[in-house]
Amino acid sequence: MTPALSLTDIACTFLSRENRAQRYTAVADVTLAVAPGEFVSVVGPTGCGKSTLLNVAAGLLEPSRGLVAVFGEPLSGINRRAGYMFQSEALMPWRTALGNVTAGLEFRGVPIASARAQADDWLRRVGLGGFGDRYPHQLSGGMRKRTSLAQTLVLDPDIILMDEPFSALDIQTRQLMENEVLELWAAKKKAVLFITHDLDEAIAMSDRVVVLSAGPASHPIGEFPIDLPRPRDVAEVRVTPRFIEIHKAIWDVLREEVLKGYEQQKRAA
Amino acid sequence: MWNRIKPSARNLRWWQVGMLLGFFLFWHVMTVPGLVPHFLFAKENDAAFFLGEPLKIFSRIWQWFAIKRDIYPHLWITLVETVLAFAIGTAAGLFTGMWLALSPIAAAILDPYIKAFNSMPRIILAPIFAVWFGLGVASKVALGFTLVFFIVFFNVYQGVKEVSPTVLANARMLGAGQRQLLRHVYLPSAMSWVFSSLHTSVGLAFVGAVVGEYLGSSSGVGYLILQAEGSFDINTVMAGILVLTAFALVLDFAVSVLEKRLMKWQPRSGETERL
Repeated sequence: MTPALSLTDIACTFLSRENRAQRYTAVADVTLAVAPGEFVSVVGPTGCGKSTLLNVAAGLLEPSRGLVAVFGEPLSGINRRAGYMFQSEALMPWRTALGNVTAGLEFRGVPIASARAQADDWLRRVGLGGFGDRYPHQLSGGMRKRTSLAQTLVLDPDIILMDEPFSALDIQTRQLMENEVLELWAAKKKAVLFITHDLDEAIAMSDRVVVLSAGPASHPIGEFPIDLPRPRDVAEVRVTPRFIEIHKAIWDVLREEVLKGYEQQKRAA
Repeated sequence: MWNRIKPSARNLRWWQVGMLLGFFLFWHVMTVPGLVPHFLFAKENDAAFFLGEPLKIFSRIWQWFAIKRDIYPHLWITLVETVLAFAIGTAAGLFTGMWLALSPIAAAILDPYIKAFNSMPRIILAPIFAVWFGLGVASKVALGFTLVFFIVFFNVYQGVKEVSPTVLANARMLGAGQRQLLRHVYLPSAMSWVFSSLHTSVGLAFVGAVVGEYLGSSSGVGYLILQAEGSFDINTVMAGILVLTAFALVLDFAVSVLEKRLMKWQPRSGETERL
């Protein structure tokens, strides 16, 4: 089967703006594929180039080397079949929650009445039924994330890219959102590439966890299929013996990289 | 007693009005000939001659607005000049700011010229504008324009440059093309900067209009002041200044109203309601 998203031999080297001789290779030799309907998480120490990888998959960043293919087609420009949920605030502050959710549909030329109906429906689905007329600054952090989720999913993308979408949320809101995302994903079975630094979250949600090495030139150093039964509850699944077993196996690989990454940051500081 | 009149949030307006009345009272007492012995000026009438007398000033204003009703055409001219300079300057600043912010090469080429024009004291262009555009409305609009343009331009430029990269990337991922980015991301983001500068720029448009009138014209409030000054009629000069001040306050208030309506998406502190 053609993977929904495949990265082959990707490398990204950034040149320093002040000094062209200074370069930093964020990721190198990354080969990664996500099958349609598969939920793949990428974990790695901080600063290892996880977001770079996601930007490459989204078409926001052109890799220095390598090939990105979307359903077998080589990608050029923005990845039109992907929805992207960003780590930081990405809502347009001058649009209401509803306006933000309709934005993508408007950009695609969907008539306004139909766009509003779909957006309303999605806002209700993420639990923001009565909040359509609020501006982002009038919403809490969790509500903004839900709006972002609705904004991404209303376009019905075949691939969903998520960059630590819940890292800014408190643990309760976070688990609620994780369960919601799993539920929505189970209903539609999209390909998901999920970036996180939280191993628990990665295991609880994914079909497969990919571990990246510490930067520079980080690359996958391990792949772990997660055979926990679905549907899962992210809070409950954490205490099952199988979860703990998988967690230990992955952590053995990840720990060394985390320490390495920490050492490098300490030296740089 | 003191507790009731002590300055607080409730009687703020009364204090403001009181200060104004006190100021005029002080002015009145110090300037009306013969009321208090003169100690600053050589002659009894000098204070009134140099500073004007509030009562005469108010009667002058009263005459202008209610009895002779001859100030309206002048106010109208000044208003037209201000609004035109403001509108044209804002539109041009908005357009140029967006353009230069989005095409770095053009910005790099024009950079020294913009710096030069901005640091030039542009008021000195007024005589040239009078030669080019005549003594009518156009030369004042041109002067106001040069003042407003740069304020708006720099704010728009900054506003476009400071669009959150995440919001921009998000809009692109949602499928926005170049024109949609301009319309739905860059423009609204720049507008918040423009609005923060509108109070300054409407004031400067007004300055341009009045200074232009003052330097050569046949109508407008600036012209009235110039004429009165020519005949040492200090009361009329002061009356003109008071009218201009009130006028500027009204313009500023209009901008505030507009800002409140268009910028309601911006967070404001203290939005909680007390129950």
